[in-house]
Amino acid sequence: MKTENQKAWFFVLPVLFLVAFNALVPIMTVVNYSVQETFGNNVFFWQGLDWFEQILRSDRFQAALGRQFLFTFLILIIEIPLGIIIALSMPKKGMWVPVCLVLMALPMLIPWNVVGAMWNIFTLPKIGLLGYFMNDVLGIAYDMTQNPFAAWVTIIVMDVWHWTSLVVLLSYAGLVSIPDAYYQAAKIDGASPWKVFRYIQLPKMKTVLTIAILLRFMDSFNIYTEPFVLTGGGPGNSTTLLSIDLVKIALGQFDLGPAAAMSLIYFAITLLVSWLFYTLMTKDDAQ
Amino acid sequence: MAKITLSNLRHSYLPSPSGPADYALKEIDLDWQDGGAYALLGPSGCGKSTLLNIISGLLTPSEGRILFDDRDVTDLPPDQRNIAQVFQFPVIYDTMTVRDNLAFPLRNRGVDEGRIAERVAEIAQMLEVEEMLDIRASHLSPDNKQKISMGRGLVRDDVNVVMFDEPLTVIDPHLKWKLRSKLKELHQRVRATMIYVTHDQTEALTFADQVVVMQDGEIVQIGTPVELFERPQHTFVGHFIGSPGMNVLPAEESDGAVRFQGRQVALEGAVTGQGGMTQIGVRPEFVSLADAGLPARVHKVSDVGRHAVVEAMVGDTAVKAIVEGELPEQGSEIHLAFRPDHTRLYRDGWLSTEAQT
Repeated sequence: MKTENQKAWFFVLPVLFLVAFNALVPIMTVVNYSVQETFGNNVFFWQGLDWFEQILRSDRFQAALGRQFLFTFLILIIEIPLGIIIALSMPKKGMWVPVCLVLMALPMLIPWNVVGAMWNIFTLPKIGLLGYFMNDVLGIAYDMTQNPFAAWVTIIVMDVWHWTSLVVLLSYAGLVSIPDAYYQAAKIDGASPWKVFRYIQLPKMKTVLTIAILLRFMDSFNIYTEPFVLTGGGPGNSTTLLSIDLVKIALGQFDLGPAAAMSLIYFAITLLVSWLFYTLMTKDDAQ
Repeated sequence: MAKITLSNLRHSYLPSPSGPADYALKEIDLDWQDGGAYALLGPSGCGKSTLLNIISGLLTPSEGRILFDDRDVTDLPPDQRNIAQVFQFPVIYDTMTVRDNLAFPLRNRGVDEGRIAERVAEIAQMLEVEEMLDIRASHLSPDNKQKISMGRGLVRDDVNVVMFDEPLTVIDPHLKWKLRSKLKELHQRVRATMIYVTHDQTEALTFADQVVVMQDGEIVQIGTPVELFERPQHTFVGHFIGSPGMNVLPAEESDGAVRFQGRQVALEGAVTGQGGMTQIGVRPEFVSLADAGLPARVHKVSDVGRHAVVEAMVGDTAVKAIVEGELPEQGSEIHLAFRPDHTRLYRDGWLSTEAQT
């Protein structure tokens, strides 16, 4: 017989209280807005699920969602393998370890808006170092303020620069935790470098990689500041990701109802995809 | 299968060693006969794992050669030496099934699948893991994991030597003896040379035909378990093997006689050499209570089951004796007798009496 100790709830209560105030209450406010229409003066009219339907049907939302998925897909497909490769090539011991770790951590210490501003100045044609170099030295037309393709390349490269380190550091932590005996056994078993990666390093990195993928998915799917500062969503709407569009609707047009509905849809998609990733990546362990 | 010869082997982890203290291994010359069961016994840090890694090729020695059947393999990498090694912590490939784990070394060497299936079945039967073949290796218990890593060593039929680096460290005590007897059985079946590294004398003495005792990067004695027990070549061996270890007592040498606490002690044979620090070595098994002899006062009596260990003070030196039957009271005055044929003189640690003929 197992007697359950109900006292544990008292330890959870304060946290529950805090979470209620910093998460549940704001979310409920958003839920409140998402089903009503207001013209100010605190007068509300019941709207039902109209806003949700309107948002889901709108071309503008679908286009932003498409851009968002493309952005996140590109980020994951570049940053995860790149991060693993960098982690594999970092020294495992010696004086260069701290140097590498600090260099890797540096980009992550820079605030988002500063990163956006830096890359903006860096890439501007004529005055930016990269912009000048591309246009006037190499003769390649590159202007992220005019050309959607250039804008996309710039925000992707900026994010890779800012966040690949996270994948590197997590993978590296997984790698250094592998005991030497594994590598020695693999040597004796005659395993090729690829097999060492496939059967020793990758399985041992799996837990941290799951975390890395989830974090990079959520962060890149919700990204706002950097592309907003860099391109402001332009040229045109070409880099208007979901969060940028959401802020335009909520604070630009002050359409609180549709914006609230969009927030909830956005949240649901993030949650759903995160859950999918997590379930797929951990299903082997549960068998 | 091969005879392994280590010749003039020295190893230092420092790039430019200056004195003997910089060497983890000092001058090793040793032959391992084909098909032998050897144990490499010594305390932690004595260089036994270093020696093992040099034989397997994970380390290249600073000086000296390693020969497999007179073929120099000093510069060959581990996979070309045809050796197998089982590590302290079981190394298994988590994502593979037990079957794939066992097949892994063969697949890497391009053995054809039919032959692989045959060998895997054979080894699985030997290790009694047949019913586990299709489960993921990560789900196994530690002792089964260790069995699988042994299996990966044994599955190749061309192995020259299988080496075990303290393989029972993480195994539950009640499973230790089971795996140990399994190992012994495996040795009899496959007849490969096996080298078993351990700091546990029970493991070494039960597994091996020949035990190599190491201390501070040197081999102090090679012998059968009986030889190590009966006639230790060095006080370290005497003290390290046995429970409790050999009594090592300060001795004075004068006029051809050896004295302990002022009383002459009879030894197994003639004393050889001269000078240096002299000590008498006698195992507690060969110290008995007597009516006359060395006067002593009982300091401690500990009953360890089948017999008792009596610790008595002769002057300021403690002497241990294994006693069966009636036990003396603590604090009582007794007399101790050493069996002469098992009482020896050691000079600077090394045996310095001639054997009885």
